[in-house]
Amino acid sequence: MVQSLGFLKETPSQTAGPYVHIGCTPNFSGITGVYEADLGISMVNDQTFGERVTLRGRIFDGTGTPLRDALVEIWQADAKGLYNSPSEMRGTADANFSGWGRCPTDMETGEYIFETIKPGRVPYKDGRLMAPHVTLWIVARGINIGLQTRLYFADEEAANAEDPVLQRIEHRNRVPTLLARKDGSTYHFDIHLQGEKETVFFDI
Amino acid sequence: MSNRKPETGAFFQRDRQWHPPAYTPDYKTSVVRSPQRALLSLDSTLSEITGPVFGHSLLGELDDDLIHNFAKPGESAIGQRIIVHGRVVDERGVGVASALLEFWQANAGGRYRHKREGYLAPLDPNFGGCGRTITDEDGYYRFRTVKPGAYPWPNGVNDWRPAHIHFSVFGHGFAQRLITQMYFEGDPMIWQCPIVKSIPDKAAIEQLIAALDRQNTIPMDARAYKFDIVLRGRRSTLFENRLEGN
Repeated sequence: MVQSLGFLKETPSQTAGPYVHIGCTPNFSGITGVYEADLGISMVNDQTFGERVTLRGRIFDGTGTPLRDALVEIWQADAKGLYNSPSEMRGTADANFSGWGRCPTDMETGEYIFETIKPGRVPYKDGRLMAPHVTLWIVARGINIGLQTRLYFADEEAANAEDPVLQRIEHRNRVPTLLARKDGSTYHFDIHLQGEKETVFFDI
Repeated sequence: MSNRKPETGAFFQRDRQWHPPAYTPDYKTSVVRSPQRALLSLDSTLSEITGPVFGHSLLGELDDDLIHNFAKPGESAIGQRIIVHGRVVDERGVGVASALLEFWQANAGGRYRHKREGYLAPLDPNFGGCGRTITDEDGYYRFRTVKPGAYPWPNGVNDWRPAHIHFSVFGHGFAQRLITQMYFEGDPMIWQCPIVKSIPDKAAIEQLIAALDRQNTIPMDARAYKFDIVLRGRRSTLFENRLEGN
């Protein structure tokens, strides 16, 4: 016999189900008067430092149908590459930027939209800089455990080419699934849960 | 906020055998919503080690009281009054302070207040079905609600969900983000549910069943259920984050 390591097991995930809006965006679901505003609907204010961008897209199932009942959360660094988090030790992030947003997909079109800023570069653990990116977390009915992926900016070609995470993708033809297409100040980023264009999801 | 120094270590690898797999055909909606290719497995970077943490100032007075937070003044939701309480810890058993918990549920008759919900059980005009709280310095939380009803759902011809409360949990790193469901001790419906059975291990399912807690039951008022939540643990940074040769 040896000593027990004594670790606990992580609580298992269960699907967010069809009514995730009730708990996470009650005002969106028509339950008003409980919370003043839905959490995460606004990430920036007029003092926020950085280039304003809009991130928008849809999430497609294996039949090509957009999910109209999903919830998307994003987490990103500020314009200087600092996270608004107690675990950020490199400096103090922009107090006018939350770094975290939450958006239910539209009940008709399936579209999500975030008004945010373009993040700065953040170092990988070996000190190399990662390309600017936004982490996404997607939950919905039929998704048993939240799906994590990253949005990179297609116009950051040089930074993307040296990004240590993108370099880890074995099948290079899948890298474009993580690149958001620029159109003015808007970046379009669709997510495909299955099929030819299946997005690269992370276990990280 | 706790006085403890913020932790910056990478998270333990997630045990994906303990969680439900993406593709669970008995839960039919998962069939076309489950990724089919291998996930890209990587040690946490700063983007996952950090995460949003919310202050107690976010909370309204009735946010943790579903019996009253949607009710008209002087009225309350109908149903069996319960208190749900427990502790949020990580895999090392360390309490997670300032963890935001959001919960949502059906009313006592098994009906959700949602535009897409059509079950014939009536809405309770005094029950909205959402609440939230933030853990204290030791990771403890509690809220008051009514016990939700079981309800039928379109999957098999005659599938019913066991009574449950949905939980959304934030830790301190975005990689700890978790949504799950809490079930109630003694409910035979648990073991018949295709969503519950998406979890392969019986012991993992049991981790989602709250225990009836007679010690914390309030006499002549509300029964208590204890539901502890475990988030991913993280490594110490003592021997990491020092670039060798620099």
